[in-house]
Amino acid sequence: MKLALRNIQKSFGSNHVLKGIDLDVDEHEVVCLIGPSGCGKSTLLRTINLLERIDEGTIHLDGELVSGPGVDANAVRQRIGIVFQSFNLFPHMTVLKNLTLGPIKASGVSRAEAEARAIELLERFGLGDKVDEYPDRLSGGQQQRAAIVRALVGDPEVLLLDEITSALDPELVGEVLSVIRELASRGLTMILATHEMGFARDVANRVVFLDAGRVVERGPPAQVLGTPTQPRTQQFLRRVIEGGRL
Amino acid sequence: MASDQPPGGQLAPPSLTGGVNTYFAQEGARGALIAFVSTVVFFAVAIFAIGRSENWPTVQKSFFDVELMWDSLPAVWDGFTTNVWMFLIGQVAIMALALLIAVMRSLKGPAFLPVRLLAILFIDFFRGIPIILGLLLFGFGIPALRLPGLPNSAVFWGLVVVVLSYSAYTAEVYRSGIDAVPDSQRLSAASLGLTQWQGLRYAVLPQAIRNVIPALLNGFVSLQKDVALLSVLGVREAVREAQIITGRNFNYSPYIVATILFLAISVPSARFADWYTARDRARRSQGTG
Ligand SMILES: Nc1ncnc2c1ncn2[C@@H]1O[C@H](COP(=O)(O)OP(=O)(O)OP(=O)(O)O)[C@@H](O)[C@H]1O
Ligand SMILES: [Mg+2]
Repeated sequence: MKLALRNIQKSFGSNHVLKGIDLDVDEHEVVCLIGPSGCGKSTLLRTINLLERIDEGTIHLDGELVSGPGVDANAVRQRIGIVFQSFNLFPHMTVLKNLTLGPIKASGVSRAEAEARAIELLERFGLGDKVDEYPDRLSGGQQQRAAIVRALVGDPEVLLLDEITSALDPELVGEVLSVIRELASRGLTMILATHEMGFARDVANRVVFLDAGRVVERGPPAQVLGTPTQPRTQQFLRRVIEGGRL
Repeated sequence: MASDQPPGGQLAPPSLTGGVNTYFAQEGARGALIAFVSTVVFFAVAIFAIGRSENWPTVQKSFFDVELMWDSLPAVWDGFTTNVWMFLIGQVAIMALALLIAVMRSLKGPAFLPVRLLAILFIDFFRGIPIILGLLLFGFGIPALRLPGLPNSAVFWGLVVVVLSYSAYTAEVYRSGIDAVPDSQRLSAASLGLTQWQGLRYAVLPQAIRNVIPALLNGFVSLQKDVALLSVLGVREAVREAQIITGRNFNYSPYIVATILFLAISVPSARFADWYTARDRARRSQGTG
């Protein structure tokens, strides 16, 4: 087991957002989180990366407890990459600088080594000619691919992706999803929150439906998306189909 | 933002040159000619009217006594060089101290509460008292204590007060720049495994400082004038030198000399600040680097 979440609870003030989430993710597994807006998908991903402190529960990475006090959060974050919905590249740095900042400053990799690795990855993902560009000269799809590469450059063991296509123009979604497909085929462990049900069905080993801070249903994509057993899941998917997103 | 202006720092007036250039571009040669003629006529009439006034000879004698102006120039110029180096040293110290305070104030997390409190206390205190009061208190008070190991010079303590006071304002300027950087940038830095400090240093502050360069430039312009406040401590800067000569001669012309010297640096600085601000705004609205 790569990642094990037990009874994750999180409140913002009186807003109880995560109400006891259990989730296991195997090595090389791709898990898709689906659910209505506000159900806690983004919050859950952020807690896994320790960007939000959890109120209760435990997170184990490779059997090692990473959620308790005294854990070096920065070290854990180097093992778990995250990509956000809005690309969040640093606008005052070139693509290359964006990519090498983490390895150089956080992991102490030499500049030469970090740049070589960054350039290799950029070329692999079709951004070889954007190395020295600033983010605002890139299209949305290129920015998001660069953000994905930035999360990959430190060789994370797990990659978290939070609705990485929802800020994109429809014709740019495909290029970003194909990057994710490639990563899945290479066996990278991923958890992704998404509204793209078709993509979830395609790429996920498992789909988890969250509602109001709880896991309502989970299973293989064909089952959860095709023949859901819970009324809440059925209702959610009906709306999605009406919205033309499946 | 208005309350974050440095002492005496009004927002700089809109750029004259910028305005005229735009006007030329819009109206062409005919517009330019009209603008030129009307400006010349206006000032000619004004100068003529003043010169014809029966009070003008008195005014000229006590404010524009050319001989006295010339005689006072060396001393006032000498004092002015003191203004310039006080300004330069002060400006560097303010930029550094203010940044430190702004960073202290924007650190997140319960562990940093005392640091934040300290920064807030500092800002509230030094922004809340008139500079002149601080000058009297520190500039006369501390040297009077004759504490061993501390400098007794009025310039030193006066400059310290000006630096502390300006730093309180400038820290708020920096902070507004830090607040304008989206929180997602910090989050993004943290997600790469950077510490909070590294995230500030490499991701947030470069953007924040760029956000506030126009406001900082306007602060420079105010500081150029406000170092003259040290004259109350007897520091022999330009205003003080002019005051001494004026007192001896019962004539205000040395003040005019000081006025010209101050304008000679503050007007170009203000124009530069305007130019930079306009350029920065244009760049941003184009959405490029
Ligand atoms: N930093 C925060 N401070 C306060 N409340 C927050 C914060 N982040 C999230 N919330 C709240 O937590 C709840 C869950 O938000 P979250 O962003 O996790 O939902 P989501 O499932 O990702 O929704 P969406 O599909 O719209 O992205 C919401 O009610 C939101 O208002
Ligand atoms: Mg979300």
